[in-house]
Amino acid sequence: MSRVRVRDRAAPPTLERPGVAWAVPGLLFFLVFAVAPMVGVLYLSLTHWDGLNPPEFTGLDNWSRFLGDSQVRQSTLATGVLLVGNIAVQAPISILLGVWAAGSQRNRAVLSAIFFLPLLLSTAATAIMWRQLLDPNFGLPSKFDWLFGSSNPLGTQQGAVACLVLVTSWQFIPFHSLLYQGAARSIPHTLYQAAEIDGAGRVRQFLHITLPQLRNTIITSTTFMVIGGLTAFDIVLLLTNGGPGTDTSILPFSMYQTAFRTYDYGYASAIASFLLLLATGASVLLTKLSGYDKMSSTLEGL
Amino acid sequence: MRTRPNYLAGAAAFVWLVIIGVPLYALLNTAVQPQTKYTDRGPISIPSALTWENFTTVVDSGFLHYIWNTVIVAVATVAIVLVLAVPISYAVVRGRGWVTKGVFRLFLLGLAIPSQAVIIPLFLLINDLGLYDTLWGVILPTAAFALPVTVLVLSGGMRDISNELYEAMALDGANPARTLLTLVIPMSKSSIATACVFTALQAWNGFLFPLIMTQSEETKLVTPGLYNFVSEYGANVPALLAAVLMSAVPILVVYLFARRALVAGLMGAGGK
Repeated sequence: MSRVRVRDRAAPPTLERPGVAWAVPGLLFFLVFAVAPMVGVLYLSLTHWDGLNPPEFTGLDNWSRFLGDSQVRQSTLATGVLLVGNIAVQAPISILLGVWAAGSQRNRAVLSAIFFLPLLLSTAATAIMWRQLLDPNFGLPSKFDWLFGSSNPLGTQQGAVACLVLVTSWQFIPFHSLLYQGAARSIPHTLYQAAEIDGAGRVRQFLHITLPQLRNTIITSTTFMVIGGLTAFDIVLLLTNGGPGTDTSILPFSMYQTAFRTYDYGYASAIASFLLLLATGASVLLTKLSGYDKMSSTLEGL
Repeated sequence: MRTRPNYLAGAAAFVWLVIIGVPLYALLNTAVQPQTKYTDRGPISIPSALTWENFTTVVDSGFLHYIWNTVIVAVATVAIVLVLAVPISYAVVRGRGWVTKGVFRLFLLGLAIPSQAVIIPLFLLINDLGLYDTLWGVILPTAAFALPVTVLVLSGGMRDISNELYEAMALDGANPARTLLTLVIPMSKSSIATACVFTALQAWNGFLFPLIMTQSEETKLVTPGLYNFVSEYGANVPALLAAVLMSAVPILVVYLFARRALVAGLMGAGGK
């Protein structure tokens, strides 16, 4: 701590504030490696480019192809189904687990430490592990046929979608429940004491105090889920490889295939632009709802 | 306030413990079993014979080199992100005027840019810079995409420093640079720790950038290394899962040392 000198006839100290110059290096770096590529992908979507020869401007060709592409429609649908499935499974479980873990008993602290472990595995590691566990010859289905029947869980469309939702939930529910645990801890106790005096039971307290108080966290966590869902690529590549057929070939996966497997970078850029549009749209909508953009109190303690 | 125990919630939490625990047990169990035992007994069994053989198979294949590369990438990414994000957050929190507000909004928007969507122009850019198939080709984009979250975490922490302390610094005649070094950075230690762990985790687990930006054995990182093992060791499940386990060991070490920072950061990220 610095010493404060007392001055006679002191002029009020001028509080010198850091200028924007402080942000410039980071800003430039971010513009070059994140913002400029956003503009770049929009431009490339107007070109034909094989990665070897210079991109050739073709106007809206890629986009008219995009609109008539049945694979894109299927991918968009698959992306939507996975997104809805993931949110429907993850959100309620994360909220309940998070609120439960926010309680003060000692066993809850120990259990939440274990709940945290899947976060230490990368998505690639998680997907590979589950792929082996779900293997019909040596994995769980071969030992628990009363549960799985004789089918390969990854072999049908419904099975593959269900597996993607389950594995994603396994990996990310711990993350989201940590968010809720932190938020639930910061709800003032007095609210519950007042409710107790009014004779409100546990369920009513949860519905009328906990849930409304978690509103901002619900929005934050959903934003993470939506953006995560729109960019889920490694899990699809490693768990289902887009299959069976192209049933789980969601947008980022088909973008990757189009660009880095068939070297059609122009068309892949159109798919990427669509993805960018969806993700920014969703995020702007959700941050508006949460008031995040106002630099308001929701940001305190972040 | 004492509440009666909630048995239903306790039971549900126990079910979740099983859901989390059983696959992790299967991972551990499979990685220490000889392959023949695994094919007989499956992933969930009481291990009858323990072996280190799977781990030596993985080490012999050069996996330690991938881990070393990933350590370099993670450390360099954290260093770049801190050097850039600390001054940004300082300017955002202490600066005045619409420009600094605009900077903050830009980084908020940056949270929503999916790296997948811009991978093609990034690939072009890294190629043009002559960084394809170098670790820098992974480090620079990873750092750029870690900046928004870091700025959010750091500016949140810096906002909690009281105005009186800044005034005291001003009375002392400190300029913004000295204020940053002697007041802001020491007072934001915990959010800096959170940001470090966050960024390291992101760099460690990143998959797309290393997959696209590198190619050769010398620059291979852990996650694409695992991806290759799938085709290489497809039949040798215990070796594959030993590699999966080894890929998490360094993060486990970080977690053991920086658990507080990580959990506090994750819990704080939800907003109130």
